[in-house]
Amino acid sequence: MIKVNNLHKSFGKEEILKGINTEFYQGKTNLIIGQSGAGKTVFLKCLLGLFEPTDGTIEYNGQAYSSLEIEKQRELRQKIGMVFQGGALFDSMTIAENVMFPLKMFTKQKKGEMMNRVEEVLERVDLRNVNNKFPSEISGGMQKRVAIARAIVNKPEYLFCDEPNSGLDPKTAILIDNLIQEITKENDITTVINTHDMNSVLEIGENIVYLKNGNLAWNGSKDEIYKSEDESLTDFVYSSELFKKVRKAQLKGL
Amino acid sequence: MKYLHDIGEYFIMLKRVFGRMTKTSVLRGLIFKEIDDLIISSLGIVIFISFFIGGVVTIQTALNLNNPLIPKSLIAFTARQSIILEFSPTFISIIMAGKVGSNITSSIGTMRVMEQIDALEVMGINSANYLIFPKIVAMLFYPFVIAISMFVGIAGAYAAGVLGGFVAGEQFLNGLQNDFISFHLVYAFIKTFFFALILATIPAYHGYYMKGGALEVGKASTTAFVWTSVVLILANYLLTQLLLS
Repeated sequence: MIKVNNLHKSFGKEEILKGINTEFYQGKTNLIIGQSGAGKTVFLKCLLGLFEPTDGTIEYNGQAYSSLEIEKQRELRQKIGMVFQGGALFDSMTIAENVMFPLKMFTKQKKGEMMNRVEEVLERVDLRNVNNKFPSEISGGMQKRVAIARAIVNKPEYLFCDEPNSGLDPKTAILIDNLIQEITKENDITTVINTHDMNSVLEIGENIVYLKNGNLAWNGSKDEIYKSEDESLTDFVYSSELFKKVRKAQLKGL
Repeated sequence: MKYLHDIGEYFIMLKRVFGRMTKTSVLRGLIFKEIDDLIISSLGIVIFISFFIGGVVTIQTALNLNNPLIPKSLIAFTARQSIILEFSPTFISIIMAGKVGSNITSSIGTMRVMEQIDALEVMGINSANYLIFPKIVAMLFYPFVIAISMFVGIAGAYAAGVLGGFVAGEQFLNGLQNDFISFHLVYAFIKTFFFALILATIPAYHGYYMKGGALEVGKASTTAFVWTSVVLILANYLLTQLLLS
């Protein structure tokens, strides 16, 4: 579980995060949503330790990240898997080498063992016969799967995803969402997803954190969204014509 | 103020580069790859330029020595001094600032744009050490490139001087050995060592801290080339003052 206490983040005089208090639960898909400029990426980077909070704490299973010694922070980071928006796969490495990378860096496994684990996770994300290809030789959807495989290969306790289905067709986007949710359940990990995609929100949003102007504006599950009376939230989630119809149907109990 | 900030940031980066080390077995592979990318792949262009510039220096010296009282062996002496003292260490380094420097800036800058550096950091890897340290180690082999450049430059000088009919072979070899001061070679290699560090770290700095997208990668490469050249020229002056005066 990740607990965020009174998180502030400023760049110069500009305050981006204005005292966020929330929790991200183990075994659940936790979503961070909000309009562009709401502070989602800054929030995610604070959670990842890429940005140091101006004030407040982030606790990983009860341990405040900022109070840990550098070596302990490094150990904690090894328990984190991250799926970047663009995949962030290393261009000079093959798919197998990309997925093997965390194992190579942090374990003393022999090459055979590492290769078996790589095969296992690639199979889990439904990728076959791509081991020797380079990232540029596979599609965007496949790159996302490889990124997920790399993120989970070292059995992380926390999985972070930054817009995992951006740039994908709707069908592949749903497959990626479902894959992340299945992996979360199978491994009982704390998954935090930063997304703009309302399909994802209504599909896999077990715990949704809605940010507005750097504040936590709403917190709840996908089933609670349509009951919400927070106008800015409903305007945001049900902004398209299709989703307005979905909301009407939800309110009618259909 | 911006320059002071950049200089400070450069030294912070260097501190990080020599901070927490990447696993030795991984680092070894990266160093061999960088030696191939930065050193071995530069040999062709270095040999080509050195041979012809050695020849040009010889021809120009020969054409300017009209006085019959000046021995022809001076042509070889001049070529040797020009090549060892300045051409190979300094001018090849400026050419390398374009070739190796832009390679370093663009490769690291692209990794920054594609969030690959963030990916390394999230995994708990010291990205500065992982990316820049192997390049610095690889560039320690740069003096070998300069040694080859000196040798080929003098071979070019010999070819142009002797085969071009400007000087007899024996006179050229005599001139080559005249008043040889071995410290000049030491001086050249001390310079080369410092230039190697400059060539590895300044472009790396411009790539590592770059912000923006693909367009900025190009701009960062150009800026890196300009600043690397400026620092090389200043370092050349300082080192010459310190070592030869």
